[in-house]
This record gives sequence, C-alpha cells and structure tokens, in this order.
Amino acid sequence: MASAATPPAGTPGRTDGAPVRSDRSPWNWLLLVPIVVPLLVPLFNRVEPTLFGWPFFYWVQLVFVGLGVLTTVIVYRATRRSPADQAAARDAISRDARDAAARRTHDRDGGH
Amino acid sequence: MDGVDVVELSIVIFFFIVVTVMGFVASRWRRAENLMHLDEWGLGGRNFGTWITWFLLGGDLYTAYTFVAVPALMFGAGAAGFFAVPYTVVIYPLVFLVVIRLWSVSHVRGYVTPADFVRARFDSPGMALLVALTGIVATMPYIALQLVGIEAILKAMGVEGELPLIVAFVILALYTYNSGLRAPALIAFVKDTLIYLTIIVAVIVIPVKLGGWDAIFGAAEEKFSAGTGAGVLLPATGQLGYATLALGSALALFLYPHSLTGVLAASNRDVLKRNMSALPVYSLALGFIALLGFMAIAAGVTPIGGDGNTVVPVLFQEMFPSWFAGVAFAAIGIGALVPAAIMSIAAANLFTRNIYKEFLKKDATPRQEAQVAKIVSLVVKFGAVAAILFIDPQFSIDLQLIGGVIILQTLPAVALGLYTRWLHRGGLIAGWFAGMLAGLVMLYNIPRIGPDGTVVREHFGGSSFALSKLGLDVASSVYTGLLALLANLVVAVLVTLLLRAMKVPDGVDATAQSDYTAEREDPTFRDLPDPLQSTPPGLEKTVGESGGRR
Repeated sequence: MASAATPPAGTPGRTDGAPVRSDRSPWNWLLLVPIVVPLLVPLFNRVEPTLFGWPFFYWVQLVFVGLGVLTTVIVYRATRRSPADQAAARDAISRDARDAAARRTHDRDGGH
Repeated sequence: MDGVDVVELSIVIFFFIVVTVMGFVASRWRRAENLMHLDEWGLGGRNFGTWITWFLLGGDLYTAYTFVAVPALMFGAGAAGFFAVPYTVVIYPLVFLVVIRLWSVSHVRGYVTPADFVRARFDSPGMALLVALTGIVATMPYIALQLVGIEAILKAMGVEGELPLIVAFVILALYTYNSGLRAPALIAFVKDTLIYLTIIVAVIVIPVKLGGWDAIFGAAEEKFSAGTGAGVLLPATGQLGYATLALGSALALFLYPHSLTGVLAASNRDVLKRNMSALPVYSLALGFIALLGFMAIAAGVTPIGGDGNTVVPVLFQEMFPSWFAGVAFAAIGIGALVPAAIMSIAAANLFTRNIYKEFLKKDATPRQEAQVAKIVSLVVKFGAVAAILFIDPQFSIDLQLIGGVIILQTLPAVALGLYTRWLHRGGLIAGWFAGMLAGLVMLYNIPRIGPDGTVVREHFGGSSFALSKLGLDVASSVYTGLLALLANLVVAVLVTLLLRAMKVPDGVDATAQSDYTAEREDPTFRDLPDPLQSTPPGLEKTVGESGGRR
C-alpha cells in the first residue's frame, strides 16, 4: 500500500508547474451575504413595517430570495473565465496528460 | 364510491394518462445509442442543458411532500413552518461552489454516486460503503413520503382504498424501469407548469375570496396568539431552532443521492451555476405555498380525519371550482412521481455501484450493472408502497426526520472531501459513527408535545433538541442534525490527528487537483465513461504496483 508520502501517480498539473485552474476569487465572498442574512432571525422577527398586509417577517424573507439570486448572478458573471483562459488551461491539461502518459511508459519500461 | 368528486377525479386521471404516455415515450427522447449502460439509464446520458436541468432539479428538490407538508406545518405550528423559505434561499449560495467541483471531478473520473467519489478520494471502500448505506436509508422514507402527498389528494377527492395508490406507483415503476432518468425529466415539465399555474391562481383568487392578506394574517395571528403568545411571529425561544433548522436542512439537501443525480446529469458547469440563480424561483413559489396554510386557517378548513396533510387539498376544493381543483390535485400527484422516480434511480445507483459491484460481484459487466440498477429501483419503489400500506404513515415521517440528520453525517467525506483530504479515512469513519450515535440518541430523547402542552409521545417526536438537556441554562433548542454533525467533525479531527501521529497510511488520492475545475471542453472530460472500468483511472497503476488493494 502506497503511503501518503507518495505523490499520486499520473497527476496532471501538480508536479510540473502547469497552471492549475482555480475556483478561487474574491467575488466568492459575496456568497456569504445570502447565507448569513436569512439566518439572522432576530433582525426580522417583527410585524412592522407591513407590505400589502404581509408582516415584515414574511415579506422580507421573500426579498431574501431575490438577494440570493442577485448575488449568485453577480458572482457567476464576475468569475466567468475568459475564452483565452479556458483555451490556455485546456492546452496545459492536454500537455500534462501527454507528459504523464510518457512518464508512465518510461516507468513501465525502465523504472523500478 | 360515495362522495367521489367525478370532475376532479377525471381530470387527475387524464393528467396521469398524459404523463404515463410521456414516461414511456421518454426513452426515445434525446436518446443515445444504448440505454443498457448504467450511465445512460441512471444519468440520462449526462447531457441536460440549462432548462431541462432547471425542471429536473426543481422537480427533484421541491417535492409533492414539500407542497403538502409545509403548508400543513404553517397551519399547525405557525411561523416556524416558514423555515422552508430561508432553507431554500441559503442552499444555493452555499452549494454554488461545491456542486460544480463535484460535477467536474465526477465527469473526469466517471463517478455516478457520491460514494464513488469518496471511495477514490480517500482510498476507502469502507467509508464509501457507509456513504452508500446512509444514502439508501435516508432516501427510502423520502420516497414513501411522496406517497403521503398522493394519499392526501385521494382522501380529499373521497377515493377510498389503497388500489389507486398502488396503480399510480406501478405505472411509475414501469416507466422509470423503461426510460431511466429521461422519464422524470420530461414529466417535470408538466408537473411544474401545473404547479406554477395552481400557485399563481391560488395567490390571486384565494386572498380575494377571503377578504385580503390582512384577513389571512389576522386569522393566523388570532389562532397562534393563544398558545405561545407570539402570534404570526416566532417566539424568542424558537429563533435559534428556526435558523439552525434552515441551515441544517440546506446542508443536508445536496447530500441526498437524488440531488446529486440531478446535478451530475447537467451538461456543464455553467448550466449548474446558472441554475443556482434560477432555482430560487421555486423558493419564491414555496413561500406562497407555505402561506396556503394561513389561508386554510382563514377559510376555516378542517383537515379530513385530523390529517394535517389534507389542509391544502381541502382548501383548494373549497376555493376552486371542481375542474380547477382537479388540475391542482394533478399537480400535487405528478409532483410526487418526479422526485420518487429520481430518488429510486439514485438509490439503485448507490446499491449497484457501491455495494453490488464493490462487494458482491466485482466483475459485473455494464449490462449486468444496468440490469441490477433497474431491478433495485423497482424493489425500492415497491418497498415504499409497502411501507405506506402496511406501516403507519407517521412512521415514514419520523424516518424522514431521521434521514435528514443521518445524511448530514456524510458531509465531512463528501462535501469537505471536495476541498481537502486532510481528514484521514479512519477519522471520517470514526466521525460518521460518532455523529450517527449522537444524532440518534438526541432524536430518541425528543418528546412530542401536543398543542395543550402535554407529552404525546416520549421519543422521536421532532428534530429540535432543547439545549437545556445539555446542561445549558437557555430555553432555546437547536436542530439535532447540526449538533450531530458537530460531534462528527470533532471526532473526525481528533482521530485524524491520532492516526497521523501514529503514521497510519491514509491511502492514495485517485483524483488530481485539476479534476475539480475541469470543463466540458477539456480533453480529460469523459462524456460516457466505460462502467467496465470500476477502478478509478488514477488507482490502476497503484493497484498493479502494490499487488491489490487492502
């Protein structure tokens, strides 16, 4: 059984410095807003102001639905990868896959 | 058959025939070459675009039971029932980043179930088995609950006996057997059209008949002021329970195997991201549906035979002409079939991939795999029917409550696993047992309190655990699932630290970092992975070198 110290075999993009695409973006922090706000119940557990006869508690939580939509749309738009980035990443992955395949062949023939 | 509303019944039967025909035709729709591959049958060929995914996930996540039970809860418990709205608001930003990682890695490595992923990521067939078993156990009562939704409309129409329920499920079983995931995807169109039509009409017509929203909230205020004194608001002690139930349910929903089946069927990452913004339309609808419970209070509805689930059907009957009540009932009935179909497919996938192929017949061919999956999906559905017919429906409701708590215990392996494999496989397994034990012990110790303040039942009476039982001097209660998850994580971390200190090997990660961000256009992307290759690709070499797995 291989131990944790052995790097996973045939792993593209980890060993040879190829650009690993990332999900990370400062925009993602915006997603915290619609997660945290609807859970702060004491802030909206009241009747006034009412809207069309609806107590605040009820209509504001439907407004939160809109808040969720708005933030996910903003994050989606802001973090979309440019076509150039996508192409570069694809090239890197196929290059890595080729390299890994070559390495595997090498290992089988001459390694260990 | 005295007191049966013929108009309503005819309309419901008409829509059932329509969806049945659609269910069978579905196997030809957007069809790939061979439906006898598990991927093809179980994931609909994995090429569903934005719209189909929206309908499919919407039909999958917002079930008939939700439509019946949430207003019933509002009717019986007031504001607490509205938790369904924050629950379905919080969920999408929460899983926005997570599900796309799962989608990518599953498509690169050919995973069909969450257990497939756990097995490869943590090199642990044991943890994968636990994930599979948890998924199956949590899903079964969920399917049974869909039948509770159908039962409620049958009761309202005055239909006696259990035969109609059996007929509905036999038809469902046959067309899912025949068409796989395509059937529910196509039927979801009909279901949602009917649901939205019903809601829009209900929200316009019913308040007018009842004298406006003021009158509706006024009636609810009057009813609930008597008990807690909080009226249409939450009592001070109920706020923490409300927030934790919303958060815990949101964390749990995408861990259910049927949600993942819907997610994996999406054609690319952007489809999923767009859906995280589009699916909240259903949450908005759910908010209005919840208020049907208050409308029923204002209309003075008496539930049939004391069954709270019948308040919505009865309300529709009193407010709508027969023909439109029939349309609304068809919406609820078909709304039960879509998720039930997807759930049984998901449970079947788990059994086939992670139990049958992993432990019972390692050399199963793709054809055998698909065949077993189909049979299991039949067994699961008939199991659900049997559960409703022979066991008290209340039992399914209790089991579903437990289901939410136990499915949360797979979060460290499935959701955290998508980001890190710092947790040791031994730690995950220990954490799972700890969370399970903690959750079940807590649920066992929750009594059900009747409206008059007396204890109706000693055990398994709800999911909110009073913090005073832990020795804390507060009157609030917390959702059991979150407390159990906390116990799970603490144990998982401690055992991980221990195992790392003891230098116990933690296996080989069969996924690569770049798998988690892979796009459909990538050369590594696999559209229809060969199910013959049960070992994930990264493992092959390791297995060869070390002479087999544990």
